[in-house]
Amino acid sequence: MAQLIISAATEGEVNPLMPNIWEMGVVLVGFAILMFIVVKFVVPMFEKTFAERAEAIEGGIAKAEKAQAEASAALEEYKQQLTDARTEANRIREEARAEGAQILADLKEKAAAESARITAQAHAQIESERQAAVVSLRSEVGTLATTLAGRIVGESLNDDERAARVVDRFLADLETQNAGAAK
Amino acid sequence: MHLPAILPWGAAEGFSKQMLLVLLSVAIIATFFVLAARKQQLVPGKLQFAGEAAYGFVRNGIAKDIIGGRDFIKYVPLLFSLFFFILVNNIYGAIPLIQLPTFSHVGGAYVLAGLVYFTWIAIGVKKNGLRYFKLATVPSGVPWFILPIVIPIEIISNFLVRPVTHSLRLFATMLAGHLIVMIAGSGIEYLVMQENILLKGTSVLVLAGAIAMYMLEALIMVLQAYVFTLLTAIYIEGALHADSH
Repeated sequence: MAQLIISAATEGEVNPLMPNIWEMGVVLVGFAILMFIVVKFVVPMFEKTFAERAEAIEGGIAKAEKAQAEASAALEEYKQQLTDARTEANRIREEARAEGAQILADLKEKAAAESARITAQAHAQIESERQAAVVSLRSEVGTLATTLAGRIVGESLNDDERAARVVDRFLADLETQNAGAAK
Repeated sequence: MHLPAILPWGAAEGFSKQMLLVLLSVAIIATFFVLAARKQQLVPGKLQFAGEAAYGFVRNGIAKDIIGGRDFIKYVPLLFSLFFFILVNNIYGAIPLIQLPTFSHVGGAYVLAGLVYFTWIAIGVKKNGLRYFKLATVPSGVPWFILPIVIPIEIISNFLVRPVTHSLRLFATMLAGHLIVMIAGSGIEYLVMQENILLKGTSVLVLAGAIAMYMLEALIMVLQAYVFTLLTAIYIEGALHADSH
């Protein structure tokens, strides 16, 4: 090995800066072949993938943005619908409340009218019964009184006509007295 | 260290191991990326993911960041091919049995740097017309009396030194790494052959140093592929936007 180096060194006039023309040719040809393959196949294939990938990613982003926009539009719509529904519900509730109040008022009025009618009827009945009682009482009390008086003062007072006049006068006095007392 | 010429091909020259490795690198890169890119899916598998990460490193990490704009994609194939061509050919130097970075021979580096040189000049002329040479050599905002000094410097640095440094940087780092590993290997062999047991033992120290250098060299192999591609992108960007520099 050492001999080899020494012999290479002493071989002498080999200048390391002087190229071997055949090596230059081989490097040139080899590099040209490599360049050709790279230009023809390698770079186009890689660039195609890069472009496709960029497109896929950008397309995905665009798709996601579209979905996002759609979702927010739907949300907006739902919110709008919710607001509408709420307003509608409020309106219906208000209406129902008003209607209920109306019905209640009607019923109250009707009940009041009914009770007034019943009261009036009762009053009239009572009045007529009282009238009837007064009439019957008047005759009965008159009869009783005359009978009683007749019994007390005797047969002389049996003349009915006179007795009736006396009783009527007496009752009229009594009534005016009562009226005056009532006042 | 170099295998003899595979074929007696041409007068003094042969088809060397180096040439075979160059063609092998083309096959490796093309096979890997065509396989990785063949079944393209939106959700990548492991191979496709690795291919996309490697492709995206050059596409976004170099071409897009340096050249930018809308038309950086035009220069991705060149940058991509350069990066992986140089990377694989450099890494050969770190693989046992192969142990030969292609660009430890200067020819390949000249070819690639020359390609880049003509490419960026062509881009500059196409973009700005012949005015490009004025834009590239006459910096704006410099007082007129300094121009006689600045213009020759610009011509030398941009059009003469640039391709030389571009190629020699790659070549020199690869050659140096190759030599260091080779010398360390020979040194170990030499020390192990010694009669003296103590001297024999010192070979362990050389081995440790050689491993450290090997790691450093592996790093430099990747780094130089990146640097070469990055500089190419910077040259192209400079040619595209010559009027704003």
